[in-house]
Amino acid sequence: MTAPILKATGLTKHFPTPGGLVRAVSDVDFTLNAGETLALVGESGSGKSTIGRLILRLIEPTSGQVEIDGKQLFTLKAKELRALRRDVQIIFQDPYGSLNPRMTVGAMLAEPLRLHGLASGRAVEPAVADLMRLVGLQPDQANRYPHEFSGGQRQRIGIARALAVQPRIIVCDEAVSALDVSIQAQIVNLLADLRKARGLAYLFISHDLAIVRHIADRVAVLYLGRIVELAPAAELFASPRHPYTRALLSAIPTPDPTARRERTLLSGEPPSPINLPGGCSFHPRCPFAVERCRTETPVLTGAGHVTACHLWPELPPQPAPPAELETSDRLKRLQARFQDERPMAAL
Amino acid sequence: MTDAIVPVRAETDPRIRELKRFLWRLGRRKTTIVGGVFVALFLALAIFAPLISPYDPIAGNWATVRKAPSAAHWLGTDELGRDMLARIIWGARASLSAGCVSVGLALALGVPMGLAAGYAGGWIEATLMRLTDAMLAIPFLILAIALATFLGPSLTNAMMAIGISATPVFVRLTRGQVIAAKVEDYVEAARALGNPPLRIAVRHILPNVLPPILVQATLTIAAAIIAEASLSFLGLGQQPPQPSWGSMLNVAKGFLNQAPWMALSPGAAIFVVVLAFNMLGDGLRDALDPRD
Repeated sequence: MTAPILKATGLTKHFPTPGGLVRAVSDVDFTLNAGETLALVGESGSGKSTIGRLILRLIEPTSGQVEIDGKQLFTLKAKELRALRRDVQIIFQDPYGSLNPRMTVGAMLAEPLRLHGLASGRAVEPAVADLMRLVGLQPDQANRYPHEFSGGQRQRIGIARALAVQPRIIVCDEAVSALDVSIQAQIVNLLADLRKARGLAYLFISHDLAIVRHIADRVAVLYLGRIVELAPAAELFASPRHPYTRALLSAIPTPDPTARRERTLLSGEPPSPINLPGGCSFHPRCPFAVERCRTETPVLTGAGHVTACHLWPELPPQPAPPAELETSDRLKRLQARFQDERPMAAL
Repeated sequence: MTDAIVPVRAETDPRIRELKRFLWRLGRRKTTIVGGVFVALFLALAIFAPLISPYDPIAGNWATVRKAPSAAHWLGTDELGRDMLARIIWGARASLSAGCVSVGLALALGVPMGLAAGYAGGWIEATLMRLTDAMLAIPFLILAIALATFLGPSLTNAMMAIGISATPVFVRLTRGQVIAAKVEDYVEAARALGNPPLRIAVRHILPNVLPPILVQATLTIAAAIIAEASLSFLGLGQQPPQPSWGSMLNVAKGFLNQAPWMALSPGAAIFVVVLAFNMLGDGLRDALDPRD
């Protein structure tokens, strides 16, 4: 976790639409270190997925740069780009749409191996089998089609496909959001194991703060295409500075019905990204907004923990959500029961 | 760590497994089976015409001019004393080959054009689609007649005319399907893996847009058979004395009072074949529908 392998500078993407220019991402800077998990959080329309797609150069930016290992991503020629694609891969949200329905799993995993010369001829089959074992699938399922698998298994196939080219960065675009909670945990654990085993760096795009807290090293909070706060995960969850981050964190449900917490409720909808408010784009919904917020766009300030807000040093401290639940005896027994391997009848 | 294992039959070759599944779905509707049986029957007639045909379809016989159906001539005879059944059987060759060859031509031209237009976009798409729009502005049969006239009367030219006239439908259909498919996550994943554009189009997009195109092809065969009959009726298709259902109808219209059987059997043959292809096409559409 030292030198950044990915550096985004001034990343901006505007989509022209019949209704006007959609400012999906505006002037976003961040770095990703080797082996690190950086989470991008924010509500829908905040530009999370657009950033993910820019990092992969699946779409071209309006302006800004992305440097991967010192190479400028957006000036590469088609051939160089295809070679660089080995380094950055993506796992999609929808385990149904992300796999080609007319290709067997084996063919799907063999393709990137052959494409990048990682295996050929007789070596392909064992390499595919290795990949399947790596993500917890049985190699004898290689000649099945995606529709013959469950949602969680398909997500494993998607992960295996991303791993096939031995990438160093994986963009997880809401990679677990479409899965059942129990499967979510399995996939999150798989991602964590793979990260340890292969030194992967994740750009973890999610709206699920509970998972982000569990998996991320650093968290970037996006609002209407801008980063409003970026901090190490523990620090962000313990002492959120930006009013928007505070509101987001206070919306995390607590599994304890007796816990009393102060909640910051936001009023209104996020403004349209076509017609962004002047100044700080959060000011129409911010409970603390003053005149300055309407006119002057705040920049990210701070070291390590950066915040784009004029007012944060003056804001009243917010009681952080409890770091860990106080567990009752009943909960402990329940958890023990879940970890017990014995079948129900044996108890 | 493992999810529920979905049970799968022990078949090892995935292609055979998928084919069986497809045939099972195809067989769920009776009309599809009926359509398929009739299509197969007429195909057999066309292929084995020399073996099945009871008489020579071309040689006339002045002793048997315009005889009503009988034990010797099941469907009667025509104005030159030729056996109607023999001419219907040999005429199936002209009709079915016109249907299949012209649609094959339309597929060979239309699908790559649609794929290029949908995937590449930009000026390629603009050029191809304006050309397609221009052709679609002219009714199918009118365009086919105009082209056939231009090319000169013969069965081969009629097939080419029909094939070219049917092409714009396939360009438009393929392009629409490709535009819908190219934003799918699996296509993005293929790009992210570094697949070259041609490979993405052919390997990842084409197989997924093929089903509706196959359905359209089956239905277009029916339309092409009618078009061939129409062109032959007008003297632009199959040339006498070679038999074709359309030219048989053309001759028969002069004898509707004296020898109505001369019109009935080619008319019925066209009707049954076209209906059979439409039933098969409808069944294919249901069997290939990914929604269930």
